[in-house]
Amino acid sequence: MRPRYSALSLLRHAVAETPWPRAWRVPDPKPTYDVVIIGGGGHGLATAYYLAAHHGIKDIAVVERAYIGSGNLGRNTTLVRSNYVLDGNTQFFEYSMKLWEGLSHELNFNVMLSQRGQIVLAHGPSQMDVLARKGNIMRLNGIDAELLDRGEVIKLLPYLDHSGEARFPICGGLFQQRAGTVRHDAVAWGYARAADSLGVDVIENCEVNSFVIDGDRVRGVNTTRGRISAGRTAIAVAGHSSHLAAMAGLRLPIESHLLQAFVSEPIKPFLDHVISFGAELFYISQSDKGGLVFGGHIDGFNSYTQRGQFPKVQTVAECAVALIPSISRLRLLRHWAGIQDMTPDGSPFICRTPLRDLYLNGGWCYQGFKATPAVGWCFAHTIANDDEHPLSRCYSLDRFARGRELDDYGVGNWTYKQ
Amino acid sequence: MCPICGERDYTEFRYGGDATKPRPSRETADPKVWHDYVFLFDNPKGLHREYWQHVLGCRQWLVLERNTATNEPGESRLARMDVVTCEGEPK
Amino acid sequence: MTRGPSRVSTGGRVDRSRPVEFSLDGRSMRGFHGDTLASASLANGVTLIGRSFKYHRPRGFLSAGSEEPNGLFTLGEGGRREPNIPGTTTYIAEGLSARCQNGWPSVGLDFMSVNSCVAPLLAAGFYYKTFMGPTRGAWMFYEPFIRRAAGLGRGSYERDPDRYETRYAFTDVLVIGAGPAGLTAALTAGRAGARVILVEQDLLLGGSLLLEEATGPAEAWRQHIEMEIKSLPNVEIMRRTTAQGLYDDGTVVLVERREHLRPDPTKGEARQIVTTLRTRAIVFATGAIERPLVFANNDRPGVMLASAVRSYLNRFAVACGQRMVIVTNNDSAYSTGFDLARVGATVIIADLRREIDQSLTARTEALRIELVLGSAIVDVLGRKSVKSVIIAEAPRLSNASEHTRPAKGRKVDCDLVCMAGGWSPVVHLTSHGGIKPRYREDIAAFVPGGYARGQFGAGALGGSFGLGAAIREGIEAGRSAAASCGRNMPPNQLSVLAPNIEDAVAQERYRIEPIWHLPHRRRAKAFVDFQNDVTVKDLTIAHQEGYTSVEHLKRYTTLGMGTDQGKTSNINAFAIMASLRDVEIPATATTTFRPPFTPIAIGALAGRTLGRHFRPTRRSPLHDWHLNHGGEMIEAGLWMRAWWYRWAGSDVGSAYIEEMRLVRNSVGISDISTLGKIDVQGPDAAELLNRIYVNGFAKLLVSKARYGVMLTDDGAVLDDGTTTRLSEFRYFMTTTTAQTGEVMSWLEFLLQTAWMDLQVHVTSVTDEWAGMVISGPKARAALELALPGHDVSNATLPYMGCLEIDLDGVPLRLIRLSFSGELAYEVYTPADFGVRLWEHFLTRAAPLGIRPYGLEALASLRVEKGHVAGLELDHRNTLDDLGLGKMASKEKPFVGCELRKRPSLQSSDRWSLVGIECLESEKRLRGGSILFAAAESIEGHGRGYITSVTWSNELEKFVALGLYQGGLIHEGEQIVCAYPLKGEQVKARIVAPMFLDPTGERLRV
Repeated sequence: MRPRYSALSLLRHAVAETPWPRAWRVPDPKPTYDVVIIGGGGHGLATAYYLAAHHGIKDIAVVERAYIGSGNLGRNTTLVRSNYVLDGNTQFFEYSMKLWEGLSHELNFNVMLSQRGQIVLAHGPSQMDVLARKGNIMRLNGIDAELLDRGEVIKLLPYLDHSGEARFPICGGLFQQRAGTVRHDAVAWGYARAADSLGVDVIENCEVNSFVIDGDRVRGVNTTRGRISAGRTAIAVAGHSSHLAAMAGLRLPIESHLLQAFVSEPIKPFLDHVISFGAELFYISQSDKGGLVFGGHIDGFNSYTQRGQFPKVQTVAECAVALIPSISRLRLLRHWAGIQDMTPDGSPFICRTPLRDLYLNGGWCYQGFKATPAVGWCFAHTIANDDEHPLSRCYSLDRFARGRELDDYGVGNWTYKQ
Repeated sequence: MCPICGERDYTEFRYGGDATKPRPSRETADPKVWHDYVFLFDNPKGLHREYWQHVLGCRQWLVLERNTATNEPGESRLARMDVVTCEGEPK
Repeated sequence: MTRGPSRVSTGGRVDRSRPVEFSLDGRSMRGFHGDTLASASLANGVTLIGRSFKYHRPRGFLSAGSEEPNGLFTLGEGGRREPNIPGTTTYIAEGLSARCQNGWPSVGLDFMSVNSCVAPLLAAGFYYKTFMGPTRGAWMFYEPFIRRAAGLGRGSYERDPDRYETRYAFTDVLVIGAGPAGLTAALTAGRAGARVILVEQDLLLGGSLLLEEATGPAEAWRQHIEMEIKSLPNVEIMRRTTAQGLYDDGTVVLVERREHLRPDPTKGEARQIVTTLRTRAIVFATGAIERPLVFANNDRPGVMLASAVRSYLNRFAVACGQRMVIVTNNDSAYSTGFDLARVGATVIIADLRREIDQSLTARTEALRIELVLGSAIVDVLGRKSVKSVIIAEAPRLSNASEHTRPAKGRKVDCDLVCMAGGWSPVVHLTSHGGIKPRYREDIAAFVPGGYARGQFGAGALGGSFGLGAAIREGIEAGRSAAASCGRNMPPNQLSVLAPNIEDAVAQERYRIEPIWHLPHRRRAKAFVDFQNDVTVKDLTIAHQEGYTSVEHLKRYTTLGMGTDQGKTSNINAFAIMASLRDVEIPATATTTFRPPFTPIAIGALAGRTLGRHFRPTRRSPLHDWHLNHGGEMIEAGLWMRAWWYRWAGSDVGSAYIEEMRLVRNSVGISDISTLGKIDVQGPDAAELLNRIYVNGFAKLLVSKARYGVMLTDDGAVLDDGTTTRLSEFRYFMTTTTAQTGEVMSWLEFLLQTAWMDLQVHVTSVTDEWAGMVISGPKARAALELALPGHDVSNATLPYMGCLEIDLDGVPLRLIRLSFSGELAYEVYTPADFGVRLWEHFLTRAAPLGIRPYGLEALASLRVEKGHVAGLELDHRNTLDDLGLGKMASKEKPFVGCELRKRPSLQSSDRWSLVGIECLESEKRLRGGSILFAAAESIEGHGRGYITSVTWSNELEKFVALGLYQGGLIHEGEQIVCAYPLKGEQVKARIVAPMFLDPTGERLRV
């Protein structure tokens, strides 16, 4: 039994100078598991944890090509929120929010959920109506939301450009107090540690090369560390979903796109909320360490390079200055890119696949991080019961064939415009 | 690289999706063919052929070969010269 | 004897004839032109210049370059306040004001230094283990304290008054770095005839040559080669310019800083300039950065990099101390000792190695330097400045672990400690493109793992640390780069570039014994990352807990995450982690280098694209007229449109109702120039339209217009508009303002990739035509007054008819269509005639009381009439959802015709268009309200929502359009419109989405 983390244990360890044990073991892969989850990101680890903790399945391997959290979990802008308008999305993301709210306690690992509040800005009357609809839906589903007028936004965020100089004047916004940020890496570590303590093998540096397919059934994976047989196999490899699916002979409604993220130098508290620009896709918050963390739209063409294009860097900087003129003199410290699964309608998949015993979680577009706990919850259910969870039933692969797209922003069926 | 205008900044172009998929003929009434055309992607990690439009230039649609693992661009041709029709014949 | 740094009386490359006044923490100080803030502070005896991030330990300058982790300042005041600026790369200018950071009330007396006392609690990752209780939301209680303690400087909330520029540039060869390798590369490529840009982040060219004495053969050579380069017209030198990132296609981003000229630029002057450079070849000559050694209290003010101390002396004429101890594992530190000894400092060299080159020994003897081989510094005493060090026997193994107890040592009094832990090539840029660095055992450093085509490296970057090698490689790289651009140089010209200085200064050899970490007492702190306070102990904790992969290590300990991005710390940390894991250094692998190389002002990236110019503004030809005649404008995408007019009221809420009344009762005129307009020409134009619109266009007669809807392939509505047949092969298509670009691209896509057999050409003519609509029962009368002599009768110009006429030389295109539901004519004229025609209508039809009406009235009139627009056309809705299913032709395939039949899209409980009328006179309907059946509980997603609302003068109530489950099946039913954001519920009724003139009589009069 590994020691619990707490202020007291921290003190005890500090005084006695006893070393802490490893947060998770370094096991060699066994030849066979009940469940093999491909992808040691937040989604894969959360799924393993909930399978072990709530479905009684403990013989699980999470196989990760590099180190855990090396994909989009460690590259996103750490925002969590539940302001969705469409039936299905609203409930799913609110459930995720509720899981976030108890996660540090559940995992005994401080993931630093900071419910500092998010405001989505509107720059015209019709945008206000769109936000009003969203806010009304949130309220009707038991989610906190407030519609702010121009004056209230000025009061809350006086440092935004409220002057006559603004190209797109701010006329109001939708505020969700419970939205905020989470320390992203801690999510991988916390889930890994908790899953590991329940017996899950977290196997890093183990890349899947192919599936073991027997007729219409998947029976495991061949990896760089040998064959691992599995009763059930699950894919949770954001960015590379198509790549993995192709190994199983499947084509997905997914294109891989680059999303860049940016962080400034650390400064003393400057922004106390998460702010989303309404004129273009741009969002910003400040990390606890002091860096301003921000991002924008995808680069706009499919790519696996994890390198962003400079013109997009400029576009995002332009949005930053347009929104907060005084940000001009603060300095960009680092920018990077993640590979994001983009689907035609901007919504994900948590579902069975045409192959038996193979399950897919992917297509998360911009929202993979905030969905992490609910993904784990629902995907674990899907794997354990060979059936979709009611909360994620809408995220099926066949929704396009049926005409049941979930396009929360009304962008249209274009992967690269979502 | 635009075959009409020469080497240009990528910001002048707009991505237009997978160019390896033949557009079904107008008469195609099979919804599955249309579904696969509109919604499914090979999304390869490596060489890819894709549509780009030179929106801020000659407005021609191009077919560009590009390696999605490195972003290294290859040859680009006018789409009208390069299109795979539903019969699979380049026009 | 004095202690600490001071200016020496001679030498250096500062201009003693030009004193500069500046202030540090309010204290007025004097330096010289050419001083950095760092050198000038040191010259004034200032050593304590900041507090560290976590423990708030006193800190002084570590380096003399862009790798500086400690010496960060807040510069400027008000909107010009700029935090976290390294003093080592900031040149002093008259009036510069700088403040130290992260200390309260001051860096000398900092209350947060209590953190040091509880340091064992604050070890790596402590916050993941605590702050979780007592309640679930407890972190929200602790977070503000953590946030306040973290961060470095403070940002300003005032608008930055300064100007930044962005530009594009092209060249054949870009040379990055103007050290000896870069200088020779630039000269060689320049002489070969290539266009060359040489960028150097420093103000002076020379790189490592600037470490040499200001008088001597190295300096003479530096000046000579600089002159040679300047004589070439095809070589551009960009000083104070940092190559920040290498992007796809060999694009390099350069940032030029100009604030050294004066801290506050004058009006119109750019403070910084960002250049996106396209280059055919690149020579990387980025040099190397010296590494610290890791020992107890190696962060005390006065513990510096050996090369930095030499730079301060020879470049800035500042002796950083009088009694110095150098601790080194390689040869390069000796020259620092020699130079300091020459100006009278007492020097002790503790070399970790047990054997060194004879020539070094001889020179130390000659300069009376005490040399202690096989020894190390195991502790530094003194808190706010170095007082003394403990020198003890060095460990024999390079992987000495933390708890090896230090041998008993001797205490040596000193005021300066120089660390020389070897050199790390600056592989950042070469790695941006994805080529991983490679570890070289012999020099214990990472070098570029290779170069992409057209890219070359030279000098210390590749691990060639000698000056001779730098020159040789510089020449070779310059020649190769020029050759790759087709500029070949005859070999005989090369000799000019190889002067004899090699013999004079280039005898140095570089030998290193990589001892990464010196033993120390258990409780003492040995720093690896100075800025983020990461110690060996933290690395050990990360190792014990399993955060051993490089990225976990960084993320768990925050190593390398500071403003310096680990330039001095990463390699040491990876080496120590490798030894803890008992693996070779390459097995730990290096981290991914990300742009930018040094931080860039966000405003510089935005350039001039800010404020009003954040995005282009599109103006109708009538824009100025609206402004001058009481028009209130509103953004509509990139367009500015007239929203409402002052003649009708004092705010939008009252004005639009008045304007609507005008149109319903008499006649109004409105600007519709923003509508998308596409000229469709060719023998197959009709066929194209027939394929793209859901309804038939094949049989549209000349001079007739037709409303059409187009879909995307998935069956969702893309856009609607009218298309008019002007002649047999020519059509005039209009689109909604928002979708113009999409529709145009879509038509081009289909014509160029799928329907090449169609002979038809599409041209966007949106900007070529001004458009206005004259609407109201008196519209024809208005036309008759304005167009005397032209027959606009119902017979000549019937509903959906078109007439092209010439009005005194002004071509007009009249199309009788209606969006408002009244008798209406759209009138188009070439943009330049727009204002003339507009005023003509207003003047001639004045007797009828014609007035302009704006977007709000336009949008409201169409709600009354039940026309769909923006909020209904949101890409989620199908033809059937909008009540337009009957338009779809059954006789022809059209775009989207198959996928619109998908099962769920055909379901009868889809949300589809309905009209909604308010049943409570004292209440109002609101857009975004959620709709519920009368008796059902108000929760969940409801059965639909309101898209658009207007007050109806005709019905004297609020009416709305909305989408409702099942649509008009529920016509006549009572519903509830819920708006919980305001706590409102309003009773309403589902009605047909047409609130007036259902048979369209008004249109056809």
